[in-house]
Amino acid sequence: MSKQNNETHVEFKGVSKSYDGRTMVVKDLDLGIRTGEFVTLLGPSGSGKTTILMMLAGFQAPTAGEILLDGQPIQDLPARKRGIGMVFQNYALFPHMTVGANLAFPLEVRRMGAEERRERVERVLRLVRLEGFADRKPSQLSGGQQQRVAIARALVFEPSLVLMDEPLGALDRSLRDEMQYEIRRIHRTLAVTVVYVTHDQQEAMVMSDRIAVLRKGVVEQIAVPEGLYEEPTGSFVASFIGESNQLHGRILGTSEADNVYEVETGGEVIHALKVAQCNVGDDVTLSIRPERVKINPEAGRYTNEVDATVEDLTFLGNQLRVRLATCGREDFIATIPNIVGHGGWITGDSVRLGWTTVDCRALNHE
Amino acid sequence: MAGPIKLSGGPGYRAKVRALGLVAPLLIFIVVTFVAPLGTMLLRSVYDPVVADALPETLELLEDWDGIELPPEAVYAVAAQEVKRAGAERTLGQVASRVNRVQGGLRSVITRTGRELREIQQGPWRESMMTIDSAWADPAIWYAIRTTGERFTARHYWNALDLQSLPDGSVVRQPEDRRIYLRLFWRTLMISGLITLLCLLLGYPIAHLIACSKPSRANLLLILVLVPFWTSLLVRTTAWIVLLQTQGVLNEFLVTIGLIGDDGRLAMIYNMTGTIVAMTHVLLPFMVLPLYSVMNSIPSTQMDAAASLGATPLQAFLRVYWPQSLPGVGAGALLVFILAIGYYITPALVGGSDGQLISNMIAYHMQTSLNWGLAAALGGVLLLIVLLLYAVYERLLGIEKIGLGG
Ligand SMILES: Nc1ncnc2c1ncn2[C@@H]1O[C@H](COP(=O)(O)OP(=O)(O)O)[C@@H](O)[C@H]1O
Ligand SMILES: [Mg+2]
Repeated sequence: MSKQNNETHVEFKGVSKSYDGRTMVVKDLDLGIRTGEFVTLLGPSGSGKTTILMMLAGFQAPTAGEILLDGQPIQDLPARKRGIGMVFQNYALFPHMTVGANLAFPLEVRRMGAEERRERVERVLRLVRLEGFADRKPSQLSGGQQQRVAIARALVFEPSLVLMDEPLGALDRSLRDEMQYEIRRIHRTLAVTVVYVTHDQQEAMVMSDRIAVLRKGVVEQIAVPEGLYEEPTGSFVASFIGESNQLHGRILGTSEADNVYEVETGGEVIHALKVAQCNVGDDVTLSIRPERVKINPEAGRYTNEVDATVEDLTFLGNQLRVRLATCGREDFIATIPNIVGHGGWITGDSVRLGWTTVDCRALNHE
Repeated sequence: MAGPIKLSGGPGYRAKVRALGLVAPLLIFIVVTFVAPLGTMLLRSVYDPVVADALPETLELLEDWDGIELPPEAVYAVAAQEVKRAGAERTLGQVASRVNRVQGGLRSVITRTGRELREIQQGPWRESMMTIDSAWADPAIWYAIRTTGERFTARHYWNALDLQSLPDGSVVRQPEDRRIYLRLFWRTLMISGLITLLCLLLGYPIAHLIACSKPSRANLLLILVLVPFWTSLLVRTTAWIVLLQTQGVLNEFLVTIGLIGDDGRLAMIYNMTGTIVAMTHVLLPFMVLPLYSVMNSIPSTQMDAAASLGATPLQAFLRVYWPQSLPGVGAGALLVFILAIGYYITPALVGGSDGQLISNMIAYHMQTSLNWGLAAALGGVLLLIVLLLYAVYERLLGIEKIGLGG
């Protein structure tokens, strides 16, 4: 984790945005970002991530609410005076300028002397490992190199806040992994605050200090990556971050110090951790991670044990994926790490499944 | 497979024949409607066989003539026979008008000579011809005949450039009062440049506005730009007459609001102003369309990026937007300028006398003075200017940079 202090760098206070005056693209956003933090806005396409960045950068005005930068409202500050570095989705490099000129541009408009300009450009090129590329045109660079230039340009005037809008969206897998590492390294080196946007949950998990999961303009949950995975507060987050089995059921009763629901689903009664506040008789969604499901456990070891039929087996190298029919569904997934081989099941076998109450989260029914 | 089409069998052969068959109509069309007319026109500007065909032997004898004294009787004798024959074959009129262009007044001399020689069967021919017209006692007429007798000649081009070749072979400028074409070329270039500039000033913001608009609105605006194309050129030009003439809408309005007096009505048409206003209007779409197509390909994030890097709107425009729109500016300017220097109808209708361009002069020589050689030479000079411009543009911007498509 990078060095941070507890000052709030950016704060969204009840920010809403509508382009057409009718549909809210961002709804009542409250979000605080600490100095030096790497925060990712994660959400499917159209969930309002870019809009939030544009409001922060100053290209869009909020319909309601206010944004504070270092405690100061920035409504009336035009984009060019906010001093925020921005990496655009399609790089937005200036195609008619060389790499060096692209990097010198923000320094020239700040009337910096030629000597210092050259020094800074050199330094930032070294930072993104593009020494010797200053005289190339962007079109003569590969996608990954262009991305590095875009990042360098957003950093060269030493902003304390950098926004990145799906910066790796156009790169292929291996290059992405490399750039993810590079961006983290740069973040650690410079200790800038980064607001990062992606729709790729794995990327978000790899890079972020905290992740804000967005859906339809609403922040569903903000947490550290582990928190999102282990303790999702809604079924959207549970299914968006990693994989989860989602069973729909009805609450029969509560038990055990009031933090466990007994839920009926597909003819089975399941003990689930109380996450959503519901009453007896309400519908809930149960979320169970596939790797937390044990096949044919020792009897009596798990609070939840059900009968199931093997529907399908997929060997994935490091793990075995088993599709099972249980609790009235045929798409229940269990994964078994490939450590000791598996029990030699074949399609049609009857098995017992077991999982703990803690690994079965009762979430609001959607 | 590189190189020319292989005329033997093989898998690629049929495909190539088919491809050739498919482009053939276009190729033939281009040859018939463009290459051939252009070629004949250019040929006509340097090739004129009429006099050479009508007076072959005379011209042969004149080759030995010193150009200063009168030629000997032998020349008059041959010339008389050939003039008679040309008169009988009805080509003498064409000969006369060509000779007349070298020196005014000789047309009637030659036609009259042809008529009166019919009655004369015997020499001495020199005296007879001098009696018919004293012009035959002046070496100038022989010089004129010899000049027009050249099959291949540069004299149309000398003419088109306000030059003339003297009997001693030197080429000098025309006398002051006969220099018209260079001035007209210059004026055409200046007016075309001004029109191009006006089109750029008017078209750039429009194109920018369209490129920045939402697709639905951009379509509407594009249609508005294109509406003039759907209207006849004559209607558009006439509309300007209605607006700008002395009793026209604009003048009436200015008089009504008292900005000008009834006797101080502005002359805005049938002069240079009329030509400039109407042509700017007619040519504006040719500026807007290439500009729009280039601007449309500039992502809106470019300006956002410039702003996020701290640039003021003016800095962002000058350093980011303008350079990227240059290919469109180049394409539009080249298109408008080249169309303008060859434009004919609009200046003819609203240009009056001082708003005429070189193309109107070409039309005059084609239709009225029937000096097709000179018309062709003027056209040739115009073509050369266009090619030069094209070369300069290529040098400055590179032709591959012309942006007509996004
Ligand atoms: N400039 C705009 N004008 C109108 N609607 C927009 C504009 N930009 C985005 N939207 C709409 O706002 C919603 C959120 O868009 P966006 O913020 O780009 O989402 P994301 O970046 O998460 O994909 C989408 O439904 C999109 O259609
Ligand atoms: Mg987006």
